[in-house]
Amino acid sequence: MMEMMRAALVIARRDFTAVVLSRTFIFFLLGPLFPIVIGMAFGGLGDKISTADLRPVVGVAMSPADTARMQRAHARLAERMGPQALPALRRVPLSPAPRVQLARANADVMVIVSGSPAQPVMTGQPQDIRRLEGDISLLASAALAEKSLHMVHVEAQQVATSVGAQSQGRLVIGRIAQIVIFFLTILLAGMILSNLVEEKTNKIIEILAAAVPVDAIFLGKLMAMLAMSFVGIFFWGATAFGVFLALKTPGVSLPVPAVGWPAFLMLAILYFAMAYTLLGSLFLGIGAQAATVREVQTLNMPVTMGQMLIFFFATYAVDKMGSPPEIAAVILPFSSPFAMIARAAQVDAIWPHLLAIAWQMIWVGLIIRIGVLLFRRHVLKSGGGWWKQLFRSATG
Amino acid sequence: MIGAPQPTYAVEGHGLVKTFGDFRAVDGIDIAVPAGSIYGILGPNGAGKTTMLRTLLGIIDPDEGERRLLGDPAPLRQARNVGYLPEERGLYPSMKAFEAVAFMGALRGLPLRIGRERARAMLADYGMGASAEKPIRQLSKGMAQTVQLFGTIVHEPRLIVLDEPFSGLDAFNQGKLETLIRDQARRGVTVLFSTHVIAHAERLCERVAIVAGGKVRFEGTVDDARNRLRPQVRLRTRASDGGWRRALPPETLAQDGAWHFALPQEGIEPLLRALLDGHAGIESLSIERPGLHDAFVAIAGEAAARQMQADQVREEAA
Repeated sequence: MMEMMRAALVIARRDFTAVVLSRTFIFFLLGPLFPIVIGMAFGGLGDKISTADLRPVVGVAMSPADTARMQRAHARLAERMGPQALPALRRVPLSPAPRVQLARANADVMVIVSGSPAQPVMTGQPQDIRRLEGDISLLASAALAEKSLHMVHVEAQQVATSVGAQSQGRLVIGRIAQIVIFFLTILLAGMILSNLVEEKTNKIIEILAAAVPVDAIFLGKLMAMLAMSFVGIFFWGATAFGVFLALKTPGVSLPVPAVGWPAFLMLAILYFAMAYTLLGSLFLGIGAQAATVREVQTLNMPVTMGQMLIFFFATYAVDKMGSPPEIAAVILPFSSPFAMIARAAQVDAIWPHLLAIAWQMIWVGLIIRIGVLLFRRHVLKSGGGWWKQLFRSATG
Repeated sequence: MIGAPQPTYAVEGHGLVKTFGDFRAVDGIDIAVPAGSIYGILGPNGAGKTTMLRTLLGIIDPDEGERRLLGDPAPLRQARNVGYLPEERGLYPSMKAFEAVAFMGALRGLPLRIGRERARAMLADYGMGASAEKPIRQLSKGMAQTVQLFGTIVHEPRLIVLDEPFSGLDAFNQGKLETLIRDQARRGVTVLFSTHVIAHAERLCERVAIVAGGKVRFEGTVDDARNRLRPQVRLRTRASDGGWRRALPPETLAQDGAWHFALPQEGIEPLLRALLDGHAGIESLSIERPGLHDAFVAIAGEAAARQMQADQVREEAA
């Protein structure tokens, strides 16, 4: 075992330095920052799009007095509920009939409300009517009540902590952690697919296979790619933390995960490592079967879809702690890291994490072994019975 | 490392069989390479030499049979004591020459620092000191091959296995490689190499295995192989006929104005006496020991010998 780890470290060191000391690694580090920079540059425009243009527009075909009442009611309600909560209103002519107006090529309202606030009539597609009739009813009621509608003052009683808010916050933290780990894994683990192609095309594989167990080659490559990923994550994490500190609103504090921030961050790193090595060992095994870069590229899409499926499964179970789907997500090795980080956000027990990490490590070992077995059989054209090969010593 | 106790045989294989689909690449091979010897595996391309070496080294597992490398049935456990130069050369193109040598040593347990020191010294001694810092992609094919050869021996192994080591080298570098092999053998290292060039085996090897069709057709010393054939006699006489002709062996051939026949079991003296008494007039008489090539033809067959020569011509043309 010691010899295998030594050999794996030799291979990991070579791969790590070959990647990190290459010029292209700078682009790898800066790559994920491009969308953020572009996003910030166009942030103002994005805000405008999201706040104004995406609201449904309702045409009001009422008498001028009724239209004015509807608009005053809209202004009063929007003041309390926020402008996003209600559709935008636009005055439209009383004639021709709403049905005719909506059929015109230049029609720019979703539905038209005619009649009066006491008896509003909505004209539009059935689904649009269903969507907006509640809002229009509220607006018409407010317009009808007008002066007699009093906005009640809400008295605030502030508390230092709220368990309900905390559990909501923890749920959000769990979801965010899942998303971050998933995107980091999807960004970084895919690179492993092509990892053995270099060795195969440069005929180095025979030198490696003659000197060290194939298990050590696989393990070394995984270790190198994981270390390279940590360099990237450290860089991006430091940048994100810097941006967070710069943009942080004073007085606003983040909710605390159930296990506390230090343990949560440690577990997040561990679960990323486990998600990465679980998928990485699978990708390495699949990619090792490919003879050319073209074959690897072809494999990329189904592999990415598989990742998405695992992620959706894990996120589906996040707010159902202890439910059969959640327990299944915890047990299933590929979804286990995602499900467990959500648990760390919501449940304070540490021992399940130790168990889960051990369970995930067993699977990493098993997947590497199966990958090695397939590699020996199909690439090196070696090997005998499946079971005998699966449990043979790495040194043969 | 050299002083460590060695088993009688550095490499052993008994009844080795390796099949790829329907093709039996290695077909019941038995081989035993004495420790400290230079041992050649001779055969044309496709004879099963590479598969045999890969099986013996533990890169692939045999379907049947047993193998021992330096006395160990698990070949990879002896990786630190073995150096291997595969037939298909391979190095990381972006690696510097000295780093490539040190990396290959590190794979087999040599600390990187020592590997780097030795690599620089080896390259400098070989006249490649200026290339030590260059990436492999900037080296010529021959230089890259030398780098890989140094990577094979940098950790001072007890057994060196070279698969077609002379392939791709010019005559000058082939000579240097032969010297290197002899130097290693002088230090007590076992050298096992495969080749399809008989001359290299004849010059270097103490023992050879002639392989054809996945089987070992002959195993023994080069002398044993040559001794399988009787020495060839070439006799030119002034007289073309006479009673003396009865003394010539029945299988004698008349070719190019000379008599050709294998040296009789009782020696040359009775024939000489008959030639002198019969006034044959001996113009020239030569007795030549057969070369390894003749032995190879006799052992592996004319077809295998022709293929070996074709392989060699193809390689020289390349």
